[in-house]
Amino acid sequence: MSELVIKDLHVNVAGNEILKGLNLTVSQGEIHAIMGPNGTGKSTLAYSLMGHPSYDVTGGEVWFKGKNILELEPDERSHLGLFLAFQYPVSIPGVTVANFLRTAINAHRKAADPEDKGIQIPQFRTMLKERMDLLKMDHAFAGRYLNEGFSGGEKKRAEILQMATLQPEIAILDETDSGLDIDALRIVSEGVNALRSSEFGALVITHYQRILNYIKPDYVHVMLDGRVVESGGPELALQLEEQGYDWVREKYSSVAV
Amino acid sequence: MTMKKVVTRTQRRRSQFEGFHFTREMMGLGDDGGILADFRVRAWDAFEKLPYPTTKDEPWRRTDIRGLNNDFQLPVAEAYMDLPAIPERLLKSLVSDQHGGQITLLPGGMHKDFDAESAPKGVIFTDFETASRQYPQAFGKALGKVVDPTEGKFAALTAALTPNGVFVYVPRGVQIDQPLHSLVWAAGEDLAHFSHLIIWLEEGASLTYVHEVASPKDVPGQTLHGGLVELYVGMGANLRFVELQSLGDNVWNFTHERAHVEQDGNIDWIFGAIGTHLTKNFSDLDLAGNGANGRMSGFYFTDGQQHLDHDTQQNHHAPHTTSDLLFKGALKGESRSVWQGMIYVAPGAQQTDGYQANRNLILSDRARADSIPGLEILADDVRCTHGATVGKIDPELVFYLRSRGIPNEQAERLVVDGFFDPIMQRIPFDGVRERFQEAILEKMGGTTSSFAV
Repeated sequence: MSELVIKDLHVNVAGNEILKGLNLTVSQGEIHAIMGPNGTGKSTLAYSLMGHPSYDVTGGEVWFKGKNILELEPDERSHLGLFLAFQYPVSIPGVTVANFLRTAINAHRKAADPEDKGIQIPQFRTMLKERMDLLKMDHAFAGRYLNEGFSGGEKKRAEILQMATLQPEIAILDETDSGLDIDALRIVSEGVNALRSSEFGALVITHYQRILNYIKPDYVHVMLDGRVVESGGPELALQLEEQGYDWVREKYSSVAV
Repeated sequence: MTMKKVVTRTQRRRSQFEGFHFTREMMGLGDDGGILADFRVRAWDAFEKLPYPTTKDEPWRRTDIRGLNNDFQLPVAEAYMDLPAIPERLLKSLVSDQHGGQITLLPGGMHKDFDAESAPKGVIFTDFETASRQYPQAFGKALGKVVDPTEGKFAALTAALTPNGVFVYVPRGVQIDQPLHSLVWAAGEDLAHFSHLIIWLEEGASLTYVHEVASPKDVPGQTLHGGLVELYVGMGANLRFVELQSLGDNVWNFTHERAHVEQDGNIDWIFGAIGTHLTKNFSDLDLAGNGANGRMSGFYFTDGQQHLDHDTQQNHHAPHTTSDLLFKGALKGESRSVWQGMIYVAPGAQQTDGYQANRNLILSDRARADSIPGLEILADDVRCTHGATVGKIDPELVFYLRSRGIPNEQAERLVVDGFFDPIMQRIPFDGVRERFQEAILEKMGGTTSSFAV
């Protein structure tokens, strides 16, 4: 069983330290939620784990399947089984969802076996249709340019479609609930829940407790000023929903600089 | 106070191109019954009178020919026998299973492959000399009518020195099912190649045609190519014209091309340019008759030291005419592209619809694209839109693709493929799209990927 182990992670963005020694372990089969006020470094954590070049790691380690992934390229992290569902997915003009997904699947297959000749088209189509049905997506979606002109809900569904297709061992969902109406949130959450198994772990980053009504977390962590300051079970999310973050701030004001 | 003596070294830099060493005698006029010889002599006279373009001339402002050699030789008869042969893949049909006919213009010769017997009555697909002798009426009516050799120095030179061009004539109402193909093979060092193509479609005729200009890669020195393309689309006629330029990067290429479209005629004009050291191309669409329609789709990809300059005109001379131009290019290395486009709407050409867009993707810090759209509208009830962009690959797109496991090179390739997709969507021929895909792959420096989609 694989684990994502984050040890004392320090990250600078544009010269400012955003993550200030973050520790967290996420195992396959577990759903962890990270909550926290805006500006505490939640998205920085997501991007840093995936290897965005603008995020400058100044200290710490992130271990996954026997490797310190901070030394790997983003595509290599993906090959290992890590996935990031973006808060703001970019559009790729001229590249269809189907073309993109097939290229991604084949890149994974080739990384596992350099001799691989790629997925058979009929097999790919069948698989894609199944996954789209799971997310209640029109099959015509496959022929659209990736994220181009997609509504907020469509973008998030496309992210989950990619996740369902690539079947990562650990997924990071960065504010997947933001900008979704209640119906879209339910569909997206059902998509995530359908993937839940002992093989799948997730780090659900969110500002609001709402999504956790649909994706029930095993663990809840509170992030403040670049660190995880509080960890607990699902009841912690409810407490935050009722009381806000002020009590956390007060409790850790001596820690926060 | 000491006086500092300033010594200015005069650098012997040419202020303008010194001029070719071609002579009137080099025309080597053959026995063609007079039409062609007269035309070529007139063209030569025009060539002698016209000045060489300089960067002070507006259309040539961004393309400097001072580095051009002036002592090119014309290929001797059968020169092709001692030069590299045409690669087999260039002889295959790109737009259907097979050609309806093919003419290859070789250095010092030509090869015709067309069964006139099995073609519909009255269809002509032959070389200029034969056309001038055997079909003086049709040929005389067409020669030099769409592109006037006096339009420019290189147009005149090309008209005068083209040893033997290609003439295509499709009579009234005749639809040609199998595509016709011509190929100019500009092999050899220090040689000058000239080509002239005329396609004439009478009322209601239709044709698909591929015109290709190519030469071997990695040839030292300079090679010159001058080209003329004259396209006449009669009333209600329909021409699909594909032209591909994959000349070696030793070639300096100067071309004048124009399509003249009569009432309710239609042209679908596809350009692909990946070669040459330097190109100056003029491509004009003249919508002459009511309801004429033209679409121009351009693909280019430059690298190294290449310089490609495409000058397009969409001239709406009549009411209810439509034009739609999309040129897309990617640039690598220290290459440069220039696109200058103009939509002109004549007085009284009401209810016209003109569109032009040029999009450039810069793949290197040292590459440069100039994109200059223009409108000149002298009618008041028209719709004309244009757009021009020059951009780089967005690193956020590459990161996004890489986060899905797609390696860097392939991620960039996917972004470039996506960039060109709107052009590919406009090309109804698999073979042509594949040729462009191959060009992208080659220019991107990748090998054929087993899983490229």
